[in-house]
Amino acid sequence: MIPAKFDYKKVSSISEALELLAKHGDDAKLLAGGHSLIPAMKLRLNQPEILIDISQIAGMNTIKMDGDEIVIGANCTHHQILTSDVVKQNAKMLTEVAKMIGDIQVRNRGTIGGSLAHSDPSADWPASVLAADAKIEVEGKSGERTIAATDFFQGIFTTALEDDEIITAIRFPKIADGNYQKFFQSASRFAIAGVAVIKFGGKVRVGVTGVSDTPYRASAVEAAYDGTSSAAALAVDGVEVMSDHFAGEEYRSHLAKVLVKKALES
Amino acid sequence: MGTYIGQSVKRREDARFLKGAGKYTDDIKLPKMTHSAFVRSPYAHAKILSVDISTAKNADGVVAIFTGSDGCNAFGIPTGWQVDFKNGDTMREPKHPLLAIDKIKHVGEAVAIVIAETQAQARDAVQLVEVEYEELPCVTDPEKAMAKGAPQVHDEWTDNRSFDWCIGNDRADVEAAIAGAHHVTEMEFVNHRLAPNAIEPRSYIADYDVNADKYTLYTSTQNPHLIRLLMCAFTLGIPEHKVRVISYDVGGGFGSKIYHYSEEALLTWAAKEVGRPIKWTSDRSEAFLTDAHGRDHKVYAKMGFDKEGMIVGFLADEFCAMGAYLSTFAPAVPTYLHGTLFQGLYTTPLIHLNVTAPFTHTVPVDAYRGAGRPEATYLLERIVSKGAKEMNIDPAELRLKNFIAPFDGVKQPGYQTQVALQYDSGDYHTILKKGLEKVGYDDFRKEQAEARKNGKLLGIGISTYIEACGIAPSAVVGSLGARAGLYEVGHVRIQPTGKVSVFTGAHSHGQGHETTFSQFVADKLGIPMDDVDIIHGDTEHVAFGMGTYGSRSLAVGGSAIMKSIDKVLEKGAKIAAHKLEAAVEDLEYAEGKWTVKGTDKSIGFGDVALTAYVPHDYPEGVEPGLDFSSFYDPTNFTYPFGCHIAIVEVDADTGKVVIKRFVAVDDVGNVINPMIVDGQIHGGVVQGIGQALLEEVVYDENGQMISGSYMDYAMPRADDVPMIETDRTTTPCPHNPLGVKGAGEAGAIGSTPAVVNAVVDALHHLGVTDIQMPVTPQRVWKAMQQN
Ligand SMILES: Cc1cc2nc3c(=O)[nH]c(=O)nc-3n(C[C@H](O)[C@H](O)[C@H](O)COP(=O)(O)OP(=O)(O)OC[C@H]3O[C@@H](n4cnc5c(N)ncnc54)[C@H](O)[C@@H]3O)c2cc1C
Repeated sequence: MIPAKFDYKKVSSISEALELLAKHGDDAKLLAGGHSLIPAMKLRLNQPEILIDISQIAGMNTIKMDGDEIVIGANCTHHQILTSDVVKQNAKMLTEVAKMIGDIQVRNRGTIGGSLAHSDPSADWPASVLAADAKIEVEGKSGERTIAATDFFQGIFTTALEDDEIITAIRFPKIADGNYQKFFQSASRFAIAGVAVIKFGGKVRVGVTGVSDTPYRASAVEAAYDGTSSAAALAVDGVEVMSDHFAGEEYRSHLAKVLVKKALES
Repeated sequence: MGTYIGQSVKRREDARFLKGAGKYTDDIKLPKMTHSAFVRSPYAHAKILSVDISTAKNADGVVAIFTGSDGCNAFGIPTGWQVDFKNGDTMREPKHPLLAIDKIKHVGEAVAIVIAETQAQARDAVQLVEVEYEELPCVTDPEKAMAKGAPQVHDEWTDNRSFDWCIGNDRADVEAAIAGAHHVTEMEFVNHRLAPNAIEPRSYIADYDVNADKYTLYTSTQNPHLIRLLMCAFTLGIPEHKVRVISYDVGGGFGSKIYHYSEEALLTWAAKEVGRPIKWTSDRSEAFLTDAHGRDHKVYAKMGFDKEGMIVGFLADEFCAMGAYLSTFAPAVPTYLHGTLFQGLYTTPLIHLNVTAPFTHTVPVDAYRGAGRPEATYLLERIVSKGAKEMNIDPAELRLKNFIAPFDGVKQPGYQTQVALQYDSGDYHTILKKGLEKVGYDDFRKEQAEARKNGKLLGIGISTYIEACGIAPSAVVGSLGARAGLYEVGHVRIQPTGKVSVFTGAHSHGQGHETTFSQFVADKLGIPMDDVDIIHGDTEHVAFGMGTYGSRSLAVGGSAIMKSIDKVLEKGAKIAAHKLEAAVEDLEYAEGKWTVKGTDKSIGFGDVALTAYVPHDYPEGVEPGLDFSSFYDPTNFTYPFGCHIAIVEVDADTGKVVIKRFVAVDDVGNVINPMIVDGQIHGGVVQGIGQALLEEVVYDENGQMISGSYMDYAMPRADDVPMIETDRTTTPCPHNPLGVKGAGEAGAIGSTPAVVNAVVDALHHLGVTDIQMPVTPQRVWKAMQQN
């Protein structure tokens, strides 16, 4: 398992990273924790000519409150989020999500920004990013912008991120009453289905990952929510459900409903 | 019990393993060593239209590139076991080239080897080799391979059979008994394909010394001598004395490193061509695609019972995949290692197994931990439990009723089965009762009934097994088609100072031989364990050997060492008698010294050893030295047996199975090191649980392995398994000097049906009677929906 030859450049600022991205275009890849990118390179499914290591950029790996919002730097590792008091006090659900990602090595290297940019359809973070209506802050050649969670995920390994953009942070609202349920795929331990439910003022927002090739808000569930869990039956309404040898369409749909029900009931 | 025998002595090999100081093949770096990588087919079945190496040849660091037409394919890889057709026709044995010549027969088959200065350069150049294929339709399922019009794996024959085979009583008699039975239980299922997944991937270094005209092959094998024999006599046709095969530390095999693989032969051949050492180490993706797999049987079976629940007949028809080529022991696995176990622990009077063994467009299938015996046990233990449910008899009671009565093989004779074997000794009732007691069977049934009222799905599964280890004797296995003997060699060299070097043909790759063997050698000689060294894994040091598999090392290899120890002590007694001026008959040997009976006159082992090498004052007619080698060819297999019981809970919402308890009571004969035996059982049980719940090689309709990485092939992890509660009964083997039976495979044989029986038990009241393995959440949930 040896990747094809590549150059490596560690940058210390976003502007430096953007410059290199502009210079190398498609030949370049940003490197954060490397836990999605490097396996793909070792399998030679991905052969970038240059890696731009953004993991040490100052300011991109902090977690802080900004008014009522929790701002998680894109380079924060899953472990950092898991052990952050700020997160625990203001959005306990995210602590629970981080706990369920991979194993200790993965959590120590993998980052939330990398996970969102990579957009694996079975990744954990998208469910809660959607349920929380979080904002993804990005910076590119043409400046900074904020992408709403619902606009961000566009398909399998596809996001609203432009080629020359970097995710700098994820901005979450406080989460008082949230819940994440995950059914683990037995080999990869990614989510066959992952459901985040946030309750607020008699309403819910429901984010679902693992079920479709694009993580989604279960809007049918949200609309029909009546304080009970009966709306869980609508978990895959209007969604094209994925199928593989661990979970065919029927079983995956069932799991989505079971997890939505559990999350609504917790 | 001795000073060491029966003690849980800590494993001496762990000192280096735990420090990361083991010496594995990939750790070895030879001067001027090159690296290699393979161009492998992405198709399961294809014509090779062209191979263009012109760009790759000129890539950075490339030393050489060889394809199938470059002279390596004169002979091809042989198989080590011949199973002829029922009608006497010879087994169909396709040529197995080292590199594919004009046709591809499974995904991952090698088309070219690139040799370069570094591994990275070799891999870079692999991407530059251009191969043009014409993809052809393929078949990966052994039953479908026998359908009319199925894609043909080897064009030289008219159907895909390699052979067919049967064993047991006359089919018509068995069918009649079942037809007349009070109750008939039927099953149809797949004993699915598994990838062996040794933690150390296969690794080889070949070196050719032009001055000495000698080859050295470093290889991660379970049996270096066998590899040398097969490679020299068959694959490459080079003189055996010109080849040294070395296999130092090996990180697990589970069967997959028994076989002679094309890569090691190709490297050996190419090392002479390029005049430099060549290394190849498989990566995990290649391991999935090229290590011989296990299992892959499609099974149809029937068992007939009389009114009292006594089994009256047992019939099975199986399609057992061979894969694209015949791996080293592949033909023996679904036949002599499988059908011969169809008696199980039961008195079944009439048994018949019919096997069809087709080629498929997949990596070859061969022995994987248990080899044929887990498949037999799974079928027997599932069908007996299914029958018990159908007849509304308790599964433990049904087993006890049908068990063979206890026999020790000394006062009572061995038990002659309907399927060729004669069991050595056993007490099956006691072991099942011990298991039931340990698990608290009666109490559990109450707990289960209570749990059901609350919608909680608990189940218990019993499995009882017998296995045949230390496959032998050579004359018998030869008559059954083995192309090798199955004895073992034990060489005991007493050094002049009384320290002991033991050379064994057995090979440790996780079993702890260095510890266990030293324990009994030290005890038998009455000397400290530290005075004993165990040497294995080098054809230049060990005279010969058949290696380690089939739980044979202690039963066969240990016995060979015992024979040599006897010879040492016999000769030592002559020297001692001379020194003590007494008659040999008047001496006794204990605690490392010879003593003249009834006196305090004695001479120590070390003094005798020194005398043997400095023979100044020496008995007449006795040769100097104290150094003996013995071949031991057992008179029979050994027959460990046991009882495994699982308790599971099934999540009604998702179908996920959690094993709450696992009890394993095994009888492996005498035990030298209880900790090591427990470790072997633990590992085996976990592998068996892996098969029951998690692991599965899946091919799609194009012959692509869609489970070819740890993202898609589920290995059992710590949180998938409960604490394993082990216990033992001890029924010594009557026919070998240590009274040992073998412990390497027992865990993997007994555990799988226990788990599946438990799941079916948990769901039986919902109408579930069977679930295909692996019992994944999806399968369980579907089974619950269907009823
Ligand atoms: C064994 C294992 C188990 C795992 N289990 C889980 C699991 O259970 N659940 C789960 O959700 N994930 C799991 N993962 C994935 C893990 O969380 C990854 O770390 C994560 O998906 C990617 O983060 P990274 O920092 O490693 O990104 P990298 O691998 O460095 O990068 C991934 C991609 O994102 C791009 N990228 C990285 N950072 C940015 C950025 N700031 N802006 C724009 N683009 C960027 C890179 O260019 C690359 O294309 C697992 C991974 C492994 C190896």
